[in-house]
Amino acid sequence: MINKPLQSLSLYLHIPFCVKKCHYCDFLSAPGSEEIKEQYVKALIQEITQKADNYKNFYVDTIFFGGGTPSILSLHLMAAILKALRESFRILPEAEISIEVNPGTADEDKLMGYRQLGINRLSIGLQSANDVELKAIGRIHTYLEFQKVYEQARKVGFSNINVDLMSALPGQTLRSYQDTIHKILQLQPEHISAYSLIIEEGTPFWEIYGKGVEEGNALSALVRLPEENTEREMYRLTKKLLEQAGYVRYEISNYAKPGFECRHNTGYWQRHNYLGLGLGSSSLIENCRWKNETALRSYLKMQDTRTEIEVLSKEEQMEEFMFLGLRLTKGVSKRTFTELFGMQIEAVYGEILQKLTKEKLLVQSESGYVRLTERGIDISNTVMAEFLFD
Amino acid sequence: MAHVDQSKIRNFCIVAHIDHGKSTLADRIIEKTGLLTSREMQAQILDNMDLERERGITIKAQTVRTVYKAKDGEEYIFNLIDTPGHVDFNYEVSRSLAACDGAILIVDAAQGIEAQTLANVYLALDHNLDVFPVINKIDLPSAEPERVIEEIEDVIGIEAKDAPLISAKNGIGIEEVLEQIVKKIPAPGGNAENPLQALIFDSIYDSYKGVIIFCRIMEGTVKKGTKIHMMATGAEADVVEVGYFGAGQYLPTDELSAGMVGYITASIKNVKDTAVGDTVTDAENPCKEPLPGYKKVNSMVYCGLYPADGAKYPDLRDALEKLQLNDASLNYEPETSIALGFGFRCGFLGLLHLEIIQERLEREYNLDLVTTAPGVIYKVYKTNGEMIELTNPSNLPDPAEIDYMEEPIVSAEIMVTTEFVGTIMELCQERRGVYLGMEYMEQTRAVLRYELPLNEIIYDFFDALKSRSRGYASFDYEMKGYEQSELVKLDILINKEEVDALSFIVHKDTSYERGKKMCEKLKDEIPRQLFEIPIQAAIGSKIIARETVKAMRKDVLAKCYGGDITRKKKLLEKQKEGKKRMRQVGNVEIPQKAFMSVLKLDDK
Repeated sequence: MINKPLQSLSLYLHIPFCVKKCHYCDFLSAPGSEEIKEQYVKALIQEITQKADNYKNFYVDTIFFGGGTPSILSLHLMAAILKALRESFRILPEAEISIEVNPGTADEDKLMGYRQLGINRLSIGLQSANDVELKAIGRIHTYLEFQKVYEQARKVGFSNINVDLMSALPGQTLRSYQDTIHKILQLQPEHISAYSLIIEEGTPFWEIYGKGVEEGNALSALVRLPEENTEREMYRLTKKLLEQAGYVRYEISNYAKPGFECRHNTGYWQRHNYLGLGLGSSSLIENCRWKNETALRSYLKMQDTRTEIEVLSKEEQMEEFMFLGLRLTKGVSKRTFTELFGMQIEAVYGEILQKLTKEKLLVQSESGYVRLTERGIDISNTVMAEFLFD
Repeated sequence: MAHVDQSKIRNFCIVAHIDHGKSTLADRIIEKTGLLTSREMQAQILDNMDLERERGITIKAQTVRTVYKAKDGEEYIFNLIDTPGHVDFNYEVSRSLAACDGAILIVDAAQGIEAQTLANVYLALDHNLDVFPVINKIDLPSAEPERVIEEIEDVIGIEAKDAPLISAKNGIGIEEVLEQIVKKIPAPGGNAENPLQALIFDSIYDSYKGVIIFCRIMEGTVKKGTKIHMMATGAEADVVEVGYFGAGQYLPTDELSAGMVGYITASIKNVKDTAVGDTVTDAENPCKEPLPGYKKVNSMVYCGLYPADGAKYPDLRDALEKLQLNDASLNYEPETSIALGFGFRCGFLGLLHLEIIQERLEREYNLDLVTTAPGVIYKVYKTNGEMIELTNPSNLPDPAEIDYMEEPIVSAEIMVTTEFVGTIMELCQERRGVYLGMEYMEQTRAVLRYELPLNEIIYDFFDALKSRSRGYASFDYEMKGYEQSELVKLDILINKEEVDALSFIVHKDTSYERGKKMCEKLKDEIPRQLFEIPIQAAIGSKIIARETVKAMRKDVLAKCYGGDITRKKKLLEKQKEGKKRMRQVGNVEIPQKAFMSVLKLDDK
């Protein structure tokens, strides 16, 4: 029997439950009863054990629990999931194991439990240090509650913590945003994600701000979104303050102290293999993408759950290589492109690279990387769309 | 061989306002006369184009022959000629009517008489048809048959006391309609031995048979081998086949003689040779004169049609060619636009005709089109005495060379409930209407008569009328002629460059308002780009309105969660797709729908 060489694999586990949906959230999640959660975890464990057989030649180097609010699960359920994972997959001892935590759903016992289960990275959803703003976006916690959870996390020994921040929130001012950043910098988390609010279709915010997003305000909104210029200021301020504080912006919206870049998320941009487990989760395995069933009822019955299966053509792989890779500030490596696809990047994208460079949206570094400029980051969709084939 | 007994033939049509149930009644008549079993009935047999069925209107006249065994024990041949139901096709309606000896007037028991009912019934009476009324939809809770009967007698002045009260939809009262057809519609006249004289009331192109002429034989007889001569177009051909119309099929027969309605095929390649209204005669034994009433149909409304994808230009040409085989009233000639590339300037009978052709091109030929603002034909009198008929605003001569211009005017009748008279008068005023008069039909309803410039009603007049009268107003018009008018060409400049496809001719007094609205609309439609884009409206070198599309500031993908790349890619694809659907004008990308959005500028 010939053994295939071992390959690395990331696991994403989706926990589609939350206490209450935030006004901006368009992820697959909803409140659920304890009973449903138990059933879900049972189905998830079943999926883990069933699918693991196909991954005997893979070693797992990152695991990410996302949601919804994964921290909503009781500790015994988390323990059951991790037990199943360890029994089914080959997990590296130094694997990065992250979980998203909503400050309204965690306490010291739970955090201690996570530590004991081997979870070594927390991603805490704060969004803002201003309670009025938190309320306006439908969060269930206050800043004080966050602080408490953060301190407890440190106390039980977490040494790799991310804090999620959001700018361009309703009612947010440059001053309040600056205050949020200052407060967070005092805490010195290893990693900060800073997104600006995007009004997604199908969310309560869409109803209020959907049409008027362009102009920054809608008639029906009591609390207005910041003006476009203010929003830009916030964006620049993030970069400035965080870089001053020693964080490196390694991805469009992500900052980390050196060595603390999120390995799991970086894997998405570099197209590493990842297996999604749980409702509606996505996978990329050896250039095949698919998505799990998104209807909870069907998922619980554990019929074949894969949908939208796509075997990526070489062109599609190139497209993804470009538009995903460009999210990283170091950009995409020309050499890697050649190694992967057997042709020079210029032979495929020469004209586009030239055009975008001329428009000062891209730069090509001497070390053989192509990356977005500041302006290119501002309008990254427009730039990335250029790399799609007709 | 004995000709068909004329006294047992009834040639008739049904006239009605849109939605009053014409096609449904036609279905019931076909069903009850036994030509088809109920099972074979597709709903609404006469309207056989998909588009017609969706819009509930008849575009091409359809005809069917059925056999009815009457209560007197005799068998009668019914030739039911369906007529197009829209003002754009007025001439075709008039020729269909000329092929009939009588008409059934169908009136909705709840809505009563509408503008089109009147227009159509007067048209029928003008053709000396015997008209008898039928009250439809009597099963509706809001039906008021008594009131409607009175209204018919008062307003139209025809006997309505014994009008059948029916529900075509539910098959109530149909027998009575059939009996009245026998009793009230006269048998045709004409002599089968006279020289052939047949009226063309429609023709369609069939890829196997060539052109199929729909005709009514007024005098004489036509059969296979007859050498026919079209008196107006001069075309000649040998008859290959004659026959009747089954429902949805052609039934060949030996001959068609005076009084009959049927079809002729003669390997004719183009419907242009068989113009509606022309007279078919025997080339070797011609009739003395053609039948009265022939006229050449002219296009009233023009617009540019461009393929969204420039490479599809040959496909668009082929599609137009094919459509024209069946639609002699469609005109087109190639044109080029700086903004839109290669396309065609097309002429139509009216806006509905335009929309129908556009939809057929998109649906049947799978073409993605960009349409420029429809315009009418202006007469431009130049200082050198020359007159040009202007169909494309871009071709307007230099103002210095223009002496004066004329625009087409229509006489319009608008029927409206009295509570909306004020609002509708206001609308007509805004559209430069000249008030001619108003008559009350009864206490609650009035007919407003206006003269209106055609270019004011081709855009969105009908929509505005409906919305401002909560759907109660109905509208009908006919061409009156040309009148001198103060017209100017309004140009749109995007990023300082004139976009030829957006130019149009407008009255001087409304030009500012229009220019302003166009700019506002375009501002909404043109997405932000890397730089700021001024949008200006200009008359000559004078800028009359301006808006600005701000430069794009931010355009970043949201959190890419849980590795759901497919969703993000779809977003990028949508963005890319949107870009593909844009036209490059200078260095600005203009979405194709921006060209269309300026067609609908109504305020309310």
